[in-house]
Amino acid sequence: MKYVCLGYYDKGKFDGMTEGEQNAMFDICFEYDDHLRANGHWAGGEALQSPETALTLYWKNGKVATTDGPYAETKEQLGGILVLEARDMNHAVQLMAQHPALTYGNIFEIRPAGDMNEIMKASEQRRRKNTAR
Amino acid sequence: MPPNVPEQLSKTIETLYRSESGRILATLVRLLGDLDLAEEAMHEAFAAALDTWHQAGIPDSPRPWLISTARFKAIDGIRRRARFDAAQTDLALYLETRINEEPEEEEIEDDRLRLIFTCCHPVLAPEGQVALTLREVCGLTTEDIARAFLVTPATLAQRIVRAKAIIRDKTIPYQVPSPQELPERLGAVLQVVYLVFNEGYSAEATGSELSREAIRLGRLLRELLPEPEVTGLLGLMLLQESRRAARSSPEGDLILLDQQDRSLWNQDQIAEGIALTESALASHRFGAYTLQAAIAAVHAEAPSAASTDWQQIAALYDRLIRIQPSPVVELNRAVAVAMCGHPEKGLALIDALLARGELANYYLAHSARAELCRRLGRLAEASASYEKALALVWQESDRRFLEARLQEIKFGSAVDFPHSRRL
Repeated sequence: MKYVCLGYYDKGKFDGMTEGEQNAMFDICFEYDDHLRANGHWAGGEALQSPETALTLYWKNGKVATTDGPYAETKEQLGGILVLEARDMNHAVQLMAQHPALTYGNIFEIRPAGDMNEIMKASEQRRRKNTAR
Repeated sequence: MPPNVPEQLSKTIETLYRSESGRILATLVRLLGDLDLAEEAMHEAFAAALDTWHQAGIPDSPRPWLISTARFKAIDGIRRRARFDAAQTDLALYLETRINEEPEEEEIEDDRLRLIFTCCHPVLAPEGQVALTLREVCGLTTEDIARAFLVTPATLAQRIVRAKAIIRDKTIPYQVPSPQELPERLGAVLQVVYLVFNEGYSAEATGSELSREAIRLGRLLRELLPEPEVTGLLGLMLLQESRRAARSSPEGDLILLDQQDRSLWNQDQIAEGIALTESALASHRFGAYTLQAAIAAVHAEAPSAASTDWQQIAALYDRLIRIQPSPVVELNRAVAVAMCGHPEKGLALIDALLARGELANYYLAHSARAELCRRLGRLAEASASYEKALALVWQESDRRFLEARLQEIKFGSAVDFPHSRRL
């Protein structure tokens, strides 16, 4: 099963680190990611640029509206996502509990990936029916 | 899962996981000395199997392969951590020196028992014991267990995390209790098995899965530790399970024992349940589960509700009260006495019980009283007791049942007398 891990970090704290400290953190974190890859637990992941680079889309008065910046402002910023392949929730917890990023004060929110297969199948059938008409 | 693995192989490995993960995990916990480490190493070994067996084929005996691979994976993991935590180096060295020790078959069976006793350790809360046992011993996933207990996966995951933390922090030894401790510790294990079973009994939709799991666990336990009470509990569960098809209508309404279509009872389960109960009784070292099984067996042997041997049931309840006194057992005994042709006596016993207050909020006490009053023609009292029972009941099917009974009194149609629903 897939689990999406949202990694939050404190930007102020990160900016306060020396380059050497930052590099040490990257090395140790990437090494753990490699370990996850080697054991088939890594199902994808991306780091995110800073929240100022975000653009938020929504629907307003019958058309698309945009704003600069993230949808929600919090002290902890979403810094990246990691998709984990694990047997169950506790397996995912166990794998992430060993992630060195935690020791730097990062926070992980783990959520089971939603299974949209049935909904997608049903939708495909509806759409096929509509085109057949 | 790596790409290009044939579906057949991943199915084979999944089947292997279901049948072997309990054994493998149990042995790894002993070899590695840590539940989390063992679990992770086992997952990695199964993942490695997917890769390796694809190329090299499935080994003749997959279990030793998986155990040995997991041990190497664990040492790798510890070495990785040792770079930041020097204390881990000694552990890695220690495990390496032992890597060539092959676990004996007999030891592996003991390991399973160790794991069961650890998961059911009395230091854990019952909900933690249940969750941990189902996951670590039965191999269910967090999500499976959460679904069965109608909680979110996150809630259940936390129960497991907390239970594991307690085991680690309190350094619970990984062992089968000494003969002196055994009765009490076994009691805790049996309670977990029966809790799982009962959860399956009451849950309307997801129940059968949990009951099956409890019976499977009971069988495993009996294989590993053939104590009379283990045998008695397995007998009890089989006898209760034998009536699953008969105890609710297609609409999900509750059907009491005396109203059930006995041709729907599972005769194989009854035969096995009775044989187990008899063997437990013959040991003369049995306890409360065996006596409850014996009561269930008397019901199972009766070809009709009317021909039930209530004398024997009342006598069995007398013995049960002596070894496990409880107001609920007293209530059941009172009903049995009433069924032996002494409804006034039964009613007096129930009134005395209710007066003591312990069962004041137990709807079955009020519904049993209602039935006895109705039988004795005291209809106003019967109605009042049904109303009390209705105010306390929470399960939908039970509520519908009570409402139907109340209607029957009001409109005067005759119904048979039901007794305690479980035994």
